[in-house]
Amino acid sequence: SLNCVEWSLLPPATEEMVAQAKQLKGRFQGDPSFEYKCTEINAEDAERLFGDGKEPMIKEESRLVATIEQIDRAVGIIPRGAFVKTPLGSVHENRNFEGLSLTEAKKLSSYFHFAEPVNLKNKTLLEKADLDPSTDFLDSLEHDIPQGSWAVQLEKGGTVVVLRSLLWLGLTFYHVPMTKQYGYVYFGTGEKNFDLPFML
Amino acid sequence: MYQSHELGLDPYQTQEPKSAFQTSAVEQDPYQAYEHGHDPYQPHEPGYGLYQPGYSPYDDQIPDPKSRMLAIQNAKAYLLKSSTTSGLNLYDHLANMLTKILDERPTNAVDIIENISKDVKWAQFQKKMDTLRDEHEILPTFEAAEKRKALFLKANGEGNEELEEEIGETPLPNVMETAFYFEQAGIGLSKDESYHIFLALKKLVSVQPIQTCRFWGKILGMEMNYIIAEVQYHEGEEEEETEEEEVTEEKEKGMGEGEDEDEKKEKEDEPPKSTYKPPPVIPKEENGTGANKYVYFVCNEPGKPWVKLPPVTPAQIVCARKIKKFFTGRLDAPVVSFPPFPGNEANYLRAQIARISAGTQISPIGFYQFAEDEGEEEEEEGGGRDTYEENPDFQPLSVAEMVDSLATWVHHGQSILNQGRCVWLNPFQKSEEEEEEEEEEEEEEEKAEEPDEVQQEIGPPLLTPLSEDEGIQNIPAWTAQPSTNLIPQYALAVLQSNRWPGAYAFASGKKFDNIYFGWGHKYSPENHAPALPPPVQAEYPSGPEIAETRDPTLEEELAFKAASEEALAAAEEEEDEEDAEDDEEEDDD
Repeated sequence: SLNCVEWSLLPPATEEMVAQAKQLKGRFQGDPSFEYKCTEINAEDAERLFGDGKEPMIKEESRLVATIEQIDRAVGIIPRGAFVKTPLGSVHENRNFEGLSLTEAKKLSSYFHFAEPVNLKNKTLLEKADLDPSTDFLDSLEHDIPQGSWAVQLEKGGTVVVLRSLLWLGLTFYHVPMTKQYGYVYFGTGEKNFDLPFML
Repeated sequence: MYQSHELGLDPYQTQEPKSAFQTSAVEQDPYQAYEHGHDPYQPHEPGYGLYQPGYSPYDDQIPDPKSRMLAIQNAKAYLLKSSTTSGLNLYDHLANMLTKILDERPTNAVDIIENISKDVKWAQFQKKMDTLRDEHEILPTFEAAEKRKALFLKANGEGNEELEEEIGETPLPNVMETAFYFEQAGIGLSKDESYHIFLALKKLVSVQPIQTCRFWGKILGMEMNYIIAEVQYHEGEEEEETEEEEVTEEKEKGMGEGEDEDEKKEKEDEPPKSTYKPPPVIPKEENGTGANKYVYFVCNEPGKPWVKLPPVTPAQIVCARKIKKFFTGRLDAPVVSFPPFPGNEANYLRAQIARISAGTQISPIGFYQFAEDEGEEEEEEGGGRDTYEENPDFQPLSVAEMVDSLATWVHHGQSILNQGRCVWLNPFQKSEEEEEEEEEEEEEEEKAEEPDEVQQEIGPPLLTPLSEDEGIQNIPAWTAQPSTNLIPQYALAVLQSNRWPGAYAFASGKKFDNIYFGWGHKYSPENHAPALPPPVQAEYPSGPEIAETRDPTLEEELAFKAASEEALAAAEEEEDEEDAEDDEEEDDD
């Protein structure tokens, strides 16, 4: 939506869209039908993707969708225990989740990426034994590369814990300890911060 | 064993939980505790059949309910019988032991169960009333509130006289009003935080002799954030610090002269002097002008004491342009980067603030104007005017005009040149004293060459409209929007900077302000590429005296040796001949 009054449904993201959008740099224009020309694509890739010989153009709409998907996948986080996995494999909200304690809330290991786990299998067997399979089935933030890509702060006298991502500048996650409130929002330019390793 | 037991007792059970691990309230589950107690030696107990030939473990699936019930009660009563010596009973002891095991989950519990049992017995004898009492736990929220409490108290020293002064002009900015305007654009901090900042600024104003003060903005950091106030001192208050600096400079000069004399004496034995002359240090601008026009105070949180940031030097600005680092939130943190940043985080912060201010402090056109007294003198220096004052005849433009065209806004922050200063200074114009000193040293030759290379840098003059700002690729440097399309009577014009994401400005009628909320970095669509280290310098200049050549290889050495031996042999022959000739001559004589 451009004015919070009229909303339009975005198409779901596909891998192809994400791959194309990764090559685009620069700010968004603000017009969903604006078309970008991919200038950096190789000749081979162009033939592969567009066998007809059409000129590769990406609409801003797809770029938007792909960016949202990337952000969600990369830095969408939830506190530990907010979601549980049943023995049948389905994941759903934990109605008994009462929030993290203050000490837990300050640790990065109490937050998980809300996406398919990548690192879970790489843990040693000892670590796996300590995990509780109903709540610890996602990647924790501790092992994010590069280390230190999250800024954890306590606001408002310690009643709210705020995590800011340094990889996608503008992603803010908040949680009020000992309550069920948590969430994340993104306000920003929609560009990944590739300079992160230099900036730490 | 568990399963068969549970099945058998179904008619007698209350809501027994399926998982065996929830037996902390053991009293509710007498059946399970009972089971661990002793070997099955009564027929209705499970597992009895294992000790008897011909019985299978599942024979007791259909017991006689009443006798079973009686047997259970008997067993429980037996367990609850207190011991005559210690006053404990087995039932409770078993319950405590199991609770402890399940809570602590030691490895190999079965092997250490005797020790666990002993520990539990010991624990029974501890006095419940500990002489130590738990320290009253101080909640972190309480601590934070304590810090902020100071803000809310009025200083006790002020009497009624002070109140009258305050009603007049105060340098304190109206943070809440600014916050209200920015809130309409969706920018700003929460009301609580704004109010705390307001109070913190008030404290700052009362402590320091300040002429004007402004809430500059907030820069986010990794561990803590910075809240920044832009301040101008009363004239005359800054001199104390500059005097100190001049004193130290003179001392250094004196020491420098002493060292020069020593060097001259040792000239003969010196190792080859490095030809590396560091580029001349560009002196920083005076406090109160150019990049150091304002003094900045920072604090991590409202309630913490304000720290003054040191004035910025051109070298720091030049270096800050090349690096991109996150702020940690601690002012004394080192900034590790290449090219090495001269200073710690406080200096880096000050340099970034200077760059942001220079690039994004804007105001509606006509609000500020140049003072009219300036005549032709300013044009000779070529530096441009650097003072402005409020225009008393300012006529505000309508919001629609402010939004449509960027020419209705001007920069009132002076831009910083490549050199790192706002007013260009030729670093080679030295005072007469220094010129005399240098004539005696070797620098004279080089001095003549360099002034040709350094050219005067000219930046855009003060009060240039925003339409002159160059965009980045195809994006304009500023994005203008009205705050609302629905109520144009009360809309504001809001500008966002695209070059420094996080810098905002608003204007509404005669009111305007700038603010910054962000990470403190400039926007660049290209990725940051740090500068490469410079090529390795030659150790000493090649010349006829010292020339670097490759070491001779073995063959060359042997060949040389052979050649020299031949020459030697030839020389000896000649000597022999000469001796022979001499002898002949002597003989002749």
